[in-house]
Amino acid sequence: MATLMDRVITSKAAVLEGSRAIAEAVRLCRPQVISAYPITPQTHVVEALAQMVADGALKAEFVNVESEHSAASVVLGASATGARVYTASSSQGIALMSEVLFNIAGLRLPVVLTCANRALSSPLNIWNDQQDSLSVRDAGWVQLYVEDNQEAVDTHLQAYAIAEDRRVLLPTMVCADGFLLTHTYEPVIVPTQEEVDAFLPPYRPQHYLTPDKPLTMGAFADPEYYMESRYLLDRALERSQAVIEDAAQRFNRAFGRHYGGLLDTLHMEGARTAVVAMGSVVATLRDVVSGLRDDGHAVGLVKVRSFRPFPKDALRSALRDVDRVLVLERALSPGGVGILAAEVRAVLQGQPRQPAVSAFVAGLGGRDIPVETLQALIARAQDEAVEQGFADLKAELVEEGDEDES
Amino acid sequence: MKLIPGLVALPGTSRANKTGSWRIERPLFLHQKCNGCRLCDWCCPEGIVSGQGKLFDCDFDYCKGCGICAEVCPVDDIVMQVEER
Ligand code: SF4
Ligand code: SF4
Repeated sequence: MATLMDRVITSKAAVLEGSRAIAEAVRLCRPQVISAYPITPQTHVVEALAQMVADGALKAEFVNVESEHSAASVVLGASATGARVYTASSSQGIALMSEVLFNIAGLRLPVVLTCANRALSSPLNIWNDQQDSLSVRDAGWVQLYVEDNQEAVDTHLQAYAIAEDRRVLLPTMVCADGFLLTHTYEPVIVPTQEEVDAFLPPYRPQHYLTPDKPLTMGAFADPEYYMESRYLLDRALERSQAVIEDAAQRFNRAFGRHYGGLLDTLHMEGARTAVVAMGSVVATLRDVVSGLRDDGHAVGLVKVRSFRPFPKDALRSALRDVDRVLVLERALSPGGVGILAAEVRAVLQGQPRQPAVSAFVAGLGGRDIPVETLQALIARAQDEAVEQGFADLKAELVEEGDEDES
Repeated sequence: MKLIPGLVALPGTSRANKTGSWRIERPLFLHQKCNGCRLCDWCCPEGIVSGQGKLFDCDFDYCKGCGICAEVCPVDDIVMQVEER
């Protein structure tokens, strides 16, 4: 992938905080209704949007609400009337929204939501990991994970195009690591309104609520109809794979920037070991893996950009020739394994060549994942048997037998 | 009938759902003492009682046998009968 410096500059680059850059991208998408409840680290995004609406820079209805459940409900209702809508949240906010998130997907409403990824309570922690968005994996949303702020900006434009595509009609969540991206200042190219309008035409819903043409949306479904409507949701997510790839290609043609569609790869030619990861850690891994390549190690990198739909075929083909895989994730399924790791293992099952998959949980609750840790994990994945565990666990805090002591 | 994504139901689709199969009792419109008050027509929850003057009947494709028409008839000109099938 091109670095920021190599990217074709078609518009003005500015040094912006990630949240501000996301808000600019959302403004350019011309949402008609925004509703959100502030929560760290999402706050700066919706604060900026509220200011834009107040200043008249964005002609939209900004609905202030008393909870994330209400915010999601407002955008659900507004989207059902045919409006382009936006909301954002994090952590406990996503948890509180979750009932409505399932409804939005079942109603097939193209809502776009930014998840500023943050750890879930308890213990209370405001810093980054990806357990919030992954906890609503099965809500039926498209989930895209970004690695830097330019990708965050560009992916919001693509998110509306994907969500509103007639082949898809699904809500789309853009997941950006809290603080690491949302609160980091980086040079970001903010497209012009003309460019965005050319890429993203106004939303033209097929069915929507209006008194002029009454209809029912989200009808009750008894056992005769429920399974088929869930089947249609599942098919739409599968179909969205092609639409996500299309949107990335079309974006590349219009703006000259590309981050992969469903996934992106680096140094996978001839790689024997592949690292698989999502989100901002991928940016660090690019440097680490490139360095190891320079030192003669046959290591490659696969970034999972679309976690839902899960890129089964693309991942199988990317990992076709490797012997070993290291899945690194900022999330945990307590009592199970890593969430991404389980998915990666599942798609490799039954393949002619099955690589050994090591899985590490790292950087929960905002803990840094230093370069040295990544280098050590990759070295172990290259040499040793399959391992599974927590990276950089502080043994002194969790000595065996501690649980029994009062 | 094909499902529309999001389970969108267009108006008038309740016609496809023939509620007549729910019926255990069916109303018998006697056409003897009717005074033409139309209460049976207005009160039928399925909206399927129709008629003019003092001659009312219902559509058995949809009559679910609730008995409201017989209940509201001020002159007992509608009676419910167990339906044998
Ligand atoms: S029995 Fe009920 S459904 Fe049937 S005609 Fe009378 S009021 Fe209508
Ligand atoms: S309610 Fe009875 S009296 Fe009134 S119109 Fe119907 S059948 Fe006739």
